[in-house]
Amino acid sequence: MVRLMMFAPLGDAAVVVTLGRDIDDATMVRVRALVRSLERANESGIVDVVPAYTTVTVYYDAGAWGAGDRPVFVRVCDVIGRHVEKAEHAWPDVVPAKLEGEAVVREEGTPVEIPVCYGGEYGPDLEEVAAYCGLGGDEVVALHSGADYVVHAVGFAPGFAYLGGLPEKLRTPRKATPRTRVPAGSVGIGWMQTGIYPLETPGGWQLIGRTPLVLFDSGRATPALLSVGDRVKFRAIGAEEFAAWK
Amino acid sequence: MEMKIVRPGMLTTVQDLGRRGWRRAGVPASGAMDAVALRVANALVGNAEGAAALEFTLTAPEVEFSEDAWVAVGGAECAEMAAWQPRRVKAGERLRIGACVKGCRGYLAVAGGIAVEPVLGSRSTFLRGRLGGLEGRALKEGDVLAIGAGEGRRLTDEAMRGWRIDPRVLPAYSTEPTVRVVLGAQAADYGAALLEAWFTVSAQSDRMGFRLQGAKLERSGAEELLSSAVSPGTVQVPPDGQPVVLMADAQTIGGYPQAAHVITVDLPLVAQLRPGDRMRFSEVALGEAHRLAFAREKQLAILREGLAQKLNHG
Repeated sequence: MVRLMMFAPLGDAAVVVTLGRDIDDATMVRVRALVRSLERANESGIVDVVPAYTTVTVYYDAGAWGAGDRPVFVRVCDVIGRHVEKAEHAWPDVVPAKLEGEAVVREEGTPVEIPVCYGGEYGPDLEEVAAYCGLGGDEVVALHSGADYVVHAVGFAPGFAYLGGLPEKLRTPRKATPRTRVPAGSVGIGWMQTGIYPLETPGGWQLIGRTPLVLFDSGRATPALLSVGDRVKFRAIGAEEFAAWK
Repeated sequence: MEMKIVRPGMLTTVQDLGRRGWRRAGVPASGAMDAVALRVANALVGNAEGAAALEFTLTAPEVEFSEDAWVAVGGAECAEMAAWQPRRVKAGERLRIGACVKGCRGYLAVAGGIAVEPVLGSRSTFLRGRLGGLEGRALKEGDVLAIGAGEGRRLTDEAMRGWRIDPRVLPAYSTEPTVRVVLGAQAADYGAALLEAWFTVSAQSDRMGFRLQGAKLERSGAEELLSSAVSPGTVQVPPDGQPVVLMADAQTIGGYPQAAHVITVDLPLVAQLRPGDRMRFSEVALGEAHRLAFAREKQLAILREGLAQKLNHG
């Protein structure tokens, strides 16, 4: 099997490594393995790693690589390439059964369950989504909480996870005018993706519910609840259970 | 020792060289917009170059110290205190720095550094995420910041008398800079337009990004892009065709086409622009960008070495 590995510069201080053409499980496993390998090695001169969809972007310190015989870009790519190879040889071992040292220890592949109170004041756009999709509100809830999701990227705001796996029937365009304030914990739909707002921020996604979970807390050992590659399920809860969570 | 904020200035925040290792959780690097100014200001007071200092915007804060302190201002030139020149402030004396007369962002470094509690490995304030610095916010009147017990106190008036910084170590600040870029993944979609036009910095420019106004950049390609990582310096082009230069607090991933990336050594030039200033881009090869970054590091090392001699033998 030919495995894709493409390097492209992102400015003079980062390299984008593309590991697949399509957003599929195989690519996600490679992305996750490379991220973990780089983080464990803690290579000097490499300062940060950002996975997203089919890519892993590796940030380096442009001034720290010095004047060598070969171009800095080539030297950085060599280091990354070695990690890709190592990760591919080693996996599935590189994807360990447990995420060590993380606050939320869970079996690899076991979904993170997110309780969500759908509709009402927590999901002001549920009716709009239902009308757009030609479904009843309860059908939207059943479809959304029945599907399996995977975290494709984390960004926009600390801990904001872009989830793939939204049933096609629920695809709804973003709001024409974004809200200036979306409450923390809001669960939204943005065309073919769904996600949870970790902090109160502006946002344009259709809000169908809210979770009482704290998605991001800089004081925790693992500040972001979700990372790229995690599997996610939503579970519908009532207002009482939502209130009891606090 | 403590530093009290008597008047906060404008958008004054605690910044160091930023967060490392948390971008995958969606936490941007943050840190000083003009990292060279921060590093030099720190060096001038004998701090480690990544010590936390105050970043202010257009107007400096007024501060008082509980003990005698050494301070230096870098970046923007201010009305009431010379830039790049360390000075001693007496206990209880009110330090006035004034408004920025050239440039947009100044850095007030204090010997010992600002000793707020690090969050995710950095003291930098990330305003939108409300974390780091002092309670994740801009400073206000009456705030009190602890100053660390640094090594900077070996400075003396005698040692520093007549000392002047070598201007070659500083970025070539200008209100009309030519900012060097390496091309981005979608550069070809915009042809030569990005490199020919002058752009004006709009008022909607902040620590997240600078919005530029000028000729509309029309994209020839229509390929849908998956969101991927961006970086401070990334020049992305939203559908309205007006480029945005991402800066220190920018989000970690983005889905807009990437026309170019400002090279590391020229980011301070962008950081010091004010709304209304003009700039244009010129292309350099990646290898040249790295050569320039390495040369900058050498200059900074020479400066640090020279100052260390002053500190130890002054």
